[in-house]
Amino acid sequence: MLKRKRFFFAILAILPTLAIFAYVRLYPIADTLRLSLFQWNILSKNKPFIGLANFRELMGDHLFLDALINTTIIAFGVLVLTIPMAMIIAAMLFHRTRSRMAGFYETAVFIPHVVSLVPAAMAWKWIFDARLGPLNALLDFIGIPMQNWLFDPVLSVICIIVLCSWQALGYAVLIYLVGFKNLPVSLYEAAKLDGASGPQSFWHLSIPMLKPITLYVSVVTLVSGFNVYAQAFVLASDAQGAPGRQVRVLVLDMLENSFRNYRVGYAASEAVVLLVIVLGLTLIQFSMLRERGKS
Amino acid sequence: MTLETMRHTEQTAEEMAEGGRLRRKKKLTNLAIDIFLLSVSVLMLLPLVFLVANAFKTPAEMLAWPPTIVPGEPTLDNFKAVLSETPLLRWIGNSIAFAVMSTIAIVATSAIAGYVFGKFRFATMNVLFALFLATAIVPFEVYMIPLYFQAKSLGILNSVWGLLLGYLVMSFGIFLIRQNVIHSIPDELLEAARIDGAGEFWIFFRIVLPLLRGALGALAVLAFFQAWTAFAWPMIVTTTRSSYTIEVGLALFQTGFTVDLGRLSAASATVLIPSILLFVILRRNFVQGVASTGLKE
Repeated sequence: MLKRKRFFFAILAILPTLAIFAYVRLYPIADTLRLSLFQWNILSKNKPFIGLANFRELMGDHLFLDALINTTIIAFGVLVLTIPMAMIIAAMLFHRTRSRMAGFYETAVFIPHVVSLVPAAMAWKWIFDARLGPLNALLDFIGIPMQNWLFDPVLSVICIIVLCSWQALGYAVLIYLVGFKNLPVSLYEAAKLDGASGPQSFWHLSIPMLKPITLYVSVVTLVSGFNVYAQAFVLASDAQGAPGRQVRVLVLDMLENSFRNYRVGYAASEAVVLLVIVLGLTLIQFSMLRERGKS
Repeated sequence: MTLETMRHTEQTAEEMAEGGRLRRKKKLTNLAIDIFLLSVSVLMLLPLVFLVANAFKTPAEMLAWPPTIVPGEPTLDNFKAVLSETPLLRWIGNSIAFAVMSTIAIVATSAIAGYVFGKFRFATMNVLFALFLATAIVPFEVYMIPLYFQAKSLGILNSVWGLLLGYLVMSFGIFLIRQNVIHSIPDELLEAARIDGAGEFWIFFRIVLPLLRGALGALAVLAFFQAWTAFAWPMIVTTTRSSYTIEVGLALFQTGFTVDLGRLSAASATVLIPSILLFVILRRNFVQGVASTGLKE
């Protein structure tokens, strides 16, 4: 009797949240999967089922492939820059936890992660600006030829990677810091007694023991890298001033197909590709964790 | 015996010398680390410092090399220009309304769902929780286009309600509160209240919520900044100038060719300064919330 009453309360309490969740999360996810199999132009009334034709078209769509390649390069570029730097900074911060400056360091590294994307991107747009930016002025000052940072096809991708890494670094440092705080102190003391230096125990103890954290941070960084949009929108306007067109990324391509070309089904199939990438990365993370658990 | 004592004192003397050397070495290492961390901190902050400085500069000073951190002749012209050319305050207002409402919605739904999933372990509830967790990995960008059409059919595009639709629930928030419920609210406490005849709703509001204050605070800060910095969703939901959030307004403002850097910097600084201040005040909450995202495994 009592148990039934409690079950009744649980259902009643969860119902509003569940309803919202179903409406704003489950339904649109299912709808994305469904729409990806249809040809739907917002303007036309009928929505014919076309199976996997959207996906087949994507494979030959050079705008989409361009976006996919750019996005992949950005995601992995951010990963390669962020993870080693975050690990070193977190190790140093952990070493100086008790110093009076620790709070300042932590805040300074973390602020780029919380400030609004667009104003922060604006700061970097000025830094990279070919005519007015301090970066070119600095290059000129030390005698290196000035570069057209934001309009060169390779350099503009690098600019986006730098901006994204600057933002991602704080989060990674914070998660690593939690990791360092959870490592057993006794192990480091033992290593010290055996004559291991600081860098040695960092290399042989910390890096292997932080592997689960590294996996987690890597996947989070990659996933957010694949969703890059605002940074490219602000930083990579093309010569005509069209936002984000210089470095095309997946989300931009998807939104253009949906709202400029009115091809919603086609855009949905791009969203499914994004989903598959994210699921794949998450699966790799889980299987690597399990492997580690076995050995 | 005497020999023994002598050897002992000898060792201590040696140890002391060794200790002094080590301490000096440690001091030097710490100094090196401090210099490293200080330069990293400065490099991280420098772009934002320049942005704020540029907002107060005259066009001529903006081009100066090396760039100045403290403007030579500070001016408010950039701010005046940007405030008269754009509805900047309106955009900030929209962003605040959106972020506050999203925070309330996320805190409320996470508190209730986290409590139910943490303390009512019926099979049905476990299945529902698995469902919440499974969708947590799906990025918002994947399903925002169908969600846009839902907002459209509800007739709430170009309003704060349309913005809110995308930010009503947060899977991670539910997870975070559930962990806290499991670890910090003992079953005995709830049972005792039930024996005293307390109703389930009374227990939730008078016992559970006060105990979750810390976790809910951390979640609130996370939720607020999540909405405050949202970009893709506001970009598609708002298409009229008066309904933009600050992020969208600024992003579209900067695409114009005639806009000069001083005004852009002034607009950006207007947004940055309050949000950095807010972050510095709420840092502990924020760090606690973000740190717990890493504890999933």
